[in-house]
Amino acid sequence: MEFYRNHILVCTGEPCVLKGALEVESILLTELQKQGLENEIRVIRTGCLGPCNVAPVLVVYPEGIYYSGVKPGDVQEIVAEHLVKGRPVTRLVGTDVEKRVDVVYQVPQILTGQERVVLRNCGIINPDEIVEYIGRGGYEALGKALIHLKPEEVIEEVKSSGLRGRGGAAFPTGLKWSFTASGEEKYLICNADEGEPGTFKDRLILEGDPHAVLEGMAIAGYAVGAEHGFIYIRGEYTLSIERVQRAIDQARKLGLLGKNIFDSGFSFDVEIRVGAGAYICGEELALIESIEGKRGEPRYKPPYPGQTGLWGKPTVVNNVETLANVPHIIEQGAEWYKSIGTPGSPGTKVFTLTGNIKNEGLIEVPMGITLREIIYQLGGGIPDGHSFKMAQTGGTAGGCLPPEMLDVPMDYDELAKVGSALGSGALLIMDDRHCIVDLLKCFMRFFNHESCGKCTPCREGTPRLLELIEKIMDGTAVKADLDLMAKLAENMEISSLCGLGQSSPKPVLTLLEYYQHEFLAHIEDKKCPAGVCKKLQVKGVV
Amino acid sequence: MKSLEDLRALKKKAQEKTKLREGQERVKIIVTMGTCGIASGARDVVVALMEELKKRNITDVTLTQTGCIGMCEKEPIVIVEKEGKKTAYGKISPDKAVQIINQHIVNNQVVGEWVIEP
Ligand SMILES: Cc1cc2nc3c(=O)[nH]c(=O)nc-3n(C[C@H](O)[C@H](O)[C@H](O)COP(=O)(O)O)c2cc1C
Repeated sequence: MEFYRNHILVCTGEPCVLKGALEVESILLTELQKQGLENEIRVIRTGCLGPCNVAPVLVVYPEGIYYSGVKPGDVQEIVAEHLVKGRPVTRLVGTDVEKRVDVVYQVPQILTGQERVVLRNCGIINPDEIVEYIGRGGYEALGKALIHLKPEEVIEEVKSSGLRGRGGAAFPTGLKWSFTASGEEKYLICNADEGEPGTFKDRLILEGDPHAVLEGMAIAGYAVGAEHGFIYIRGEYTLSIERVQRAIDQARKLGLLGKNIFDSGFSFDVEIRVGAGAYICGEELALIESIEGKRGEPRYKPPYPGQTGLWGKPTVVNNVETLANVPHIIEQGAEWYKSIGTPGSPGTKVFTLTGNIKNEGLIEVPMGITLREIIYQLGGGIPDGHSFKMAQTGGTAGGCLPPEMLDVPMDYDELAKVGSALGSGALLIMDDRHCIVDLLKCFMRFFNHESCGKCTPCREGTPRLLELIEKIMDGTAVKADLDLMAKLAENMEISSLCGLGQSSPKPVLTLLEYYQHEFLAHIEDKKCPAGVCKKLQVKGVV
Repeated sequence: MKSLEDLRALKKKAQEKTKLREGQERVKIIVTMGTCGIASGARDVVVALMEELKKRNITDVTLTQTGCIGMCEKEPIVIVEKEGKKTAYGKISPDKAVQIINQHIVNNQVVGEWVIEP
């Protein structure tokens, strides 16, 4: 047994890696060697710790001190001061202080006030070592399910937990599992395509705790009777792909994937499929087409994947975060799960905060928390003295909410009531410098590019909407164009083939409703109140 | 791996490795490492403590350092925090450090003669 007096966790989530975490790590290793500390201090790579806006991040245990924005030039000082002399380098430590025993435990603001279920291991374990996951209770839920529960009982537990799909559509997971048709051969697919702009939670779950997802997949496979699992990972997510592959290999080696797991007679294995970069391939049936080697386009529904899915067999598709919740529900029970969140949306939700917000990054909070709490408490508010103008919830296909709606509880039903959606958990925060029409143009350009062209309402609707928006920005639109936009959007919503065309109207309709005055200023006064639309007068009052 | 027992055995082993990150230590040993501490040999004390903990396979103890606490003439200083009580030992050599582990941490006996009187 080795004894290390300190563990230094180096966050190697993608944001940290992009900002130089690996260089920091290598200098750290050299410095430790120079000081003769390499056998006293252990350096461990972890997944995302959350505060991505201050990347790269290091945590030194047992003190629990978070260093943020660490540059290669800072490393020598951390080693000489903190690790040799025991004096934390305060200039690199966040400002919010929490006491742990007697040592100063400095936690970034974004990490306080969270409830971590899905992310409980992220930033604590080394994702490349299965034993660290097992040390935190990993694979016990799988053992419990296979040894002590019947598949129906697993489904019943998940059903009564109220877990709803975290991929966007919010369909009750247990119910979906119970609808899976019978058949010799079935498939379980984990959807890790994560194409929604501003969403990066699945990537950070996979990078930080890949075994949680594999364990969830195996339990789901057992529940529905699928022995073969696929995890469809977005092609750009090279680090996720690498870590998941390593996790699969390690789980196979210990017999936690493969034949006759826990001597139960149940076999389950997982293969990775790499996506090729289309938003539509996240839609479950387009994803299935893509795995089959075809062009990624949605199919008509029904039949649903549970009846006729991959290669015509009954197939369950679930999101990464959905599956990562499953082991906790099996282990701690539906009642425990329901004690978190709201009655209609139990549990926690992982959100990704981006835009004009002080603490950009990843958070996990109970469902039902208000937008205001997220923005002003965890998010640290709007930076640079600007004021809040709009929050888009649920990604680019989500609705846009004005300041009057800051107190809306973040759960599936409450957001639906105001025309928005919780979606994938992306939160885009915009301050008063942005023009609503210009933002809408950005959203529509995305949908126009990503519409697959299979159904008419979406294929023709998105470019027409984009044209109308550009007319407004050019100052050539008339008031009736706003009604036309709304009508077009409503028609797309009810007649498009898949979720892309059904939900891309959401930002259009919510912006038209909540920011009508700003559209009118463009059309009637030929003014852009925010001064963004260059062809219009810059000055103006909202 | 064929049973929950196998899994739990591995879990137990793994926990020893990650305990340090969970703040559940039973005892905390703090060595003061200001310039004064280092000059009077605190580094050797740290090394001796580590070796002894390693040798005895003690895993629920954390070893950290802190800066000068203003009693420079008593350096090297080792503080043991156990069951909410802090004991500060002064003028500790590597040999004495090993004895602190044996007596105070393993046998639960404060080594009275080295304790710094307030
Ligand atoms: C255009 C489009 C893109 C989608 N992208 C994703 C995605 O990247 N990840 C995901 O999990 N679900 C995505 N979905 C939702 C899936 O179709 C499906 O509902 C989900 O994977 C089911 O898993 P869940 O029940 O666990 O949420 C997308 C849907 C549409 C219409």
